[in-house]
Amino acid sequence: MPEITGAAQPVLAAGHRPAWRLSTPPADYLTMAARCARLATRQVDALVTSLALPVVLMLTFVYLFGGAISTGTRYITYVVPGVLLLCAGVGSATTAVTVCQDMTGGIIDRFRSLDVGSLPILSGHVAASVVRNAASAVLVFAVALGIGFRPHASLAAWAAAAGVLLLYVLAISWLAAAFGLLVASPEAANAFMFVPMIVAYASSAFVPVRTMPSWLHGVAGHQPATLVIETMRGLLLGTHIGANGWQAVAWCGGIFVVSVGLGAAAFRRRTR
Amino acid sequence: MPNQTDRRTDCQWAIEAAGLTKTYGSTKVLDEAGLRVAPGSVFSLLGPNGAGKTTMVRILSTLLRPDAGRARVAGFDIIADRHQVRRSISLTGQYAALDGLLTGVENLRMMARLSGLRGAAAGRRADELLARFGLTEAARRRVATYSGGMRRRLDLAASLVGRPGVIFLDEPTTGLDLPSRQVMWQVIEDLAGSGVTVFLTTQYLEEADQLAGRVAVLDAGRIVAEGTTAELKDRVAGQRLDLTLAGPGAFAEAEHRLGDRATHRDPSALTLGVPTDGTAPAVRALLDEIDPERALVGAFAVRATTLDDVFLALTSPETNPGTCPGTSRKEIAHA
Repeated sequence: MPEITGAAQPVLAAGHRPAWRLSTPPADYLTMAARCARLATRQVDALVTSLALPVVLMLTFVYLFGGAISTGTRYITYVVPGVLLLCAGVGSATTAVTVCQDMTGGIIDRFRSLDVGSLPILSGHVAASVVRNAASAVLVFAVALGIGFRPHASLAAWAAAAGVLLLYVLAISWLAAAFGLLVASPEAANAFMFVPMIVAYASSAFVPVRTMPSWLHGVAGHQPATLVIETMRGLLLGTHIGANGWQAVAWCGGIFVVSVGLGAAAFRRRTR
Repeated sequence: MPNQTDRRTDCQWAIEAAGLTKTYGSTKVLDEAGLRVAPGSVFSLLGPNGAGKTTMVRILSTLLRPDAGRARVAGFDIIADRHQVRRSISLTGQYAALDGLLTGVENLRMMARLSGLRGAAAGRRADELLARFGLTEAARRRVATYSGGMRRRLDLAASLVGRPGVIFLDEPTTGLDLPSRQVMWQVIEDLAGSGVTVFLTTQYLEEADQLAGRVAVLDAGRIVAEGTTAELKDRVAGQRLDLTLAGPGAFAEAEHRLGDRATHRDPSALTLGVPTDGTAPAVRALLDEIDPERALVGAFAVRATTLDDVFLALTSPETNPGTCPGTSRKEIAHA
């Protein structure tokens, strides 16, 4: 290999970033989150869909299917956590799509040449997902209260329920972000929605697990969506949550950690 | 030489690369390519489509790892010190690296923050660059509504927020109309005047001739020539003899007799160009050789060699559009 040598006169770089600061500046996370949140508000059609879908879905279940479903409580009381969870899952496909769009467009080269790391870039998309879900959750609760949802929860229980939902949103959005890095096109990334959708339908979101075929009980009763829903239900209605609580947190925490690792690895592979 | 405290070597080159090789599958995109660029100069990497120009830029800007070879940019190794390299350079690719849904000023502020500016300083830098690139009026419009030329200018502005010392421009004017191209040229000339090093790729010979002090010609992954534009022109020949043939039959006959020596072919205009030193004996001898019967050549002219001639003489037939019948020189220079 030819040797590269040279004489005096260093070529000085005049950048604003001190060369010694090699780790990601925390401000990069804020900048990327602000970017994605702003982009989300500019895609009006997608935003309206993500806000309206949960409400429409809830009304459909309560007024069209609910009459035929016996849950032991008013159906609106039963279904609210499931609606929030299903919509968080389906909405996370947007994260997969926006991540994939970034990777297939020119902007990723700009971010990389500005030395922005994979974690701030992906975190920005996840943050936008959290903001979208927070807005749709507020809307769902408002409409639910209007049509007869009567929770019995202390402020602490409300906060805990919101915390569990947030953890689920973080886990599923990071998984979606990793998926967005693994597929070639934004169209393919959109297919991610089927994963959380099937998981939500095969849980206690809309019907009690005991009404499902017995061979499904083992899976449906213990999968993460059921654990999250039963935890939220217990917290909002003031009933006993048992082991569901810590199991839900452990599942979501596990998916979150694995997805962040997967996302970072997929980013490296994609930008090699 | 690298040491433990500062890995940057003292060197006189803004960019130096040696033996850069990159293979995709069985295709060697770069084949032991090397070059050196002096600080504060404009350097142009010239080559046809698919020659490996973008791969070279992506390697030098640390976005892609070479399979073999070494390079230093702003004194830093592109692999070991890639974070330092990124803090010293900017890259403007062929496709605008901007968020179309954000406004011009929002894009620039975001890039300013990512390059380390905080609060009001980011806003000031954004406004300053918008004014410099004539985009103040459009600052609050979404980038998706910009024209191609405006988008390129904003893209270049975005690459300058961090005050890079070395600027990579990958085909900065491809796809632009003539007025927009001239604006970009002016912008690049101004940049060069401000003391930064500019490394640009282009397939337009005219562009390299206009902007760059030194040029390297890349063909099928290899650097086939390097030097000032004047040196490259001298390498081929000082002058070119342009023959206008009497008809299509005469054109075919003369083309056959000249073989590889013709550096310019234009069947529609019935002209062929041959390098020559421009002296009367040489021109006379050439005319006698090609047209001993004095029936083929209708008219001739001797003119100075252009970079086009160099380019056509140096690049291989497979990637050389000028040797394909029906592709005019105009298309090569302006496509």
